[in-house]
Amino acid sequence: MINKSKSSNLDFLNGDEAVAYGAKLCRPHVIPVYPITPQTIVVERISEFVANKLMDCEYIHVESEHSAMCAAMGASLVGARAFTATSSQGLAYMHEMLHYVSGSRFPIVMMNANRTLAAPWNIFGDQRDSLAQRDTGWIQVYVENGQEALDMIIQAYAIAEDDRVYTPVMVNIDGFVNTHTYELVDIPQQNDVDEFLPPFKSKNAIDFNHPRSFCMTASTEWNMEFRYQQQQAMDNAKKVIEEVDKKFGDKFGRYYGGLVEEYRCADAEVILVGMGSIIGTSRIVVDKMRDMGLKVGLVKLRFYRPFPVEYFKGLSNRVKAMGIIDRDISFGYEGAVASDIKSALASSGFCSKVINFIAGIAGRDITKEYIEEMYNKLFGLTQGHDEKELQFIGLRW
Amino acid sequence: MIEVRWHARGGQGGFTAARLLGLAASVYGNNYAQAFPSFGPERRGAPVLGFTRIDNKPITDHSQVYTCDSVVVIDETLMETVDVTKGLKDGGKILINTRLSPDSFKFKGNFKVITVDATTIAMEELGAPIANTAMLGAFAAVNDFIDLNSILQAVDKGMPESLRQTNKKAIEHAYKVIRGVE
Repeated sequence: MINKSKSSNLDFLNGDEAVAYGAKLCRPHVIPVYPITPQTIVVERISEFVANKLMDCEYIHVESEHSAMCAAMGASLVGARAFTATSSQGLAYMHEMLHYVSGSRFPIVMMNANRTLAAPWNIFGDQRDSLAQRDTGWIQVYVENGQEALDMIIQAYAIAEDDRVYTPVMVNIDGFVNTHTYELVDIPQQNDVDEFLPPFKSKNAIDFNHPRSFCMTASTEWNMEFRYQQQQAMDNAKKVIEEVDKKFGDKFGRYYGGLVEEYRCADAEVILVGMGSIIGTSRIVVDKMRDMGLKVGLVKLRFYRPFPVEYFKGLSNRVKAMGIIDRDISFGYEGAVASDIKSALASSGFCSKVINFIAGIAGRDITKEYIEEMYNKLFGLTQGHDEKELQFIGLRW
Repeated sequence: MIEVRWHARGGQGGFTAARLLGLAASVYGNNYAQAFPSFGPERRGAPVLGFTRIDNKPITDHSQVYTCDSVVVIDETLMETVDVTKGLKDGGKILINTRLSPDSFKFKGNFKVITVDATTIAMEELGAPIANTAMLGAFAAVNDFIDLNSILQAVDKGMPESLRQTNKKAIEHAYKVIRGVE
């Protein structure tokens, strides 16, 4: 969230517009993109920037999301900085190419407007679309508001293009609740962004003076080594993400905390973990319950991949119960985020003190009352009450 | 925090008014703001909602608006089917675009009703029955937390150039009508 007194270039933008400004400031050479609700405004604003000569880039209105990612990959192959944006069905449609891009180590940045997946068809927000892309090898970050979306597009290039990482980044922003909500946004100055993010000099670009094979085949003798390197790059990214956040904060005055951000967790007895727009609403509930003397805390999980496993291992010693809000569900088990956190907690024996709350599916509002109810269930658990491990919050029955 | 709900039909600019109010209050006023439409497909003529939140500190709430301090009714025919007082706080204001006087309306609850014939103002100033900006001018006239100048600056920043002059006139016209009455 911005601080008005420290900002110089304020505007009242929705999340999609903030993303478009973020992309513009990064000076991508190529933007192949296909519109889909609720990402469409990103496409509209960027096409206006290009048409009005405010942005110098090759804007390609492709015929599908699969083609968008193919074209972005082709651009990255010749050393261009590429940006694209999508949502939901579009993300699902480019699934195959997500693997190609990460496996080829192209540092492309993509915004995904989180929206549920059909069927039943619905355009509203949850995080099932991006969480279903967990194993595509992309770094995934989830933002809380338009300002963080803009800032993370810029940071995403710095992370993706770092020599130690060379891995694509997906910046996830909640559909409608963030993409269509106008808020105060500080738009950084171009020269400051230019200093923070120098022009992309690809190590993987085609170079006629140094011919190499770009055939996307690796035989069995070598394929596993490529995968090992991808895992190493993800491990490296954990450190790079924190470095980039520090460097960004020093330059622009906004620090986000790296892989996770804690809110009033220092002496918390029970905490909730969540991702995206739900965090802002939860902060209000935490403040209210703290005023009532209740020791509640909040963990904003920012990066889902690489996953902050070390952080969650350490958290089990500090609190008495933990709730994990998932705006998704892996049918037949539980929420995807909960599975990962519980896996990190397994050796601590803490999992019996964890409740997985499934909420906010397909745009169902997550109210402050629901969040307070979650905290109260966690207090119940610490007092020995029976609570189901998996609970749907806000169901009609 | 002040929460405002705008009632209009698709195409009447209800959300534009909600957005301009947020822009005025945050970029040009001394506050923070948030504005969002009722999410979903937009259809011309269908009842639509716009929301503006205004506070003196950053707004992190991303849940929907359930209670409000003020409602603005841009199209009075909506009141035949929509309960515009839903969630309106005790003592809240209802600003209605109508030729009728405030005592023509019998709402259940302790509300302050203010009326203004914004459509006639819009016809005079814009030559079209698009009353959203006139209602925004009226809103500034009945609420101390937003001043007319900020609203006019918001129009310069947030509306296409060809629409600015006429809409600023509509805003000033409605503002004067209300302030004159008071």
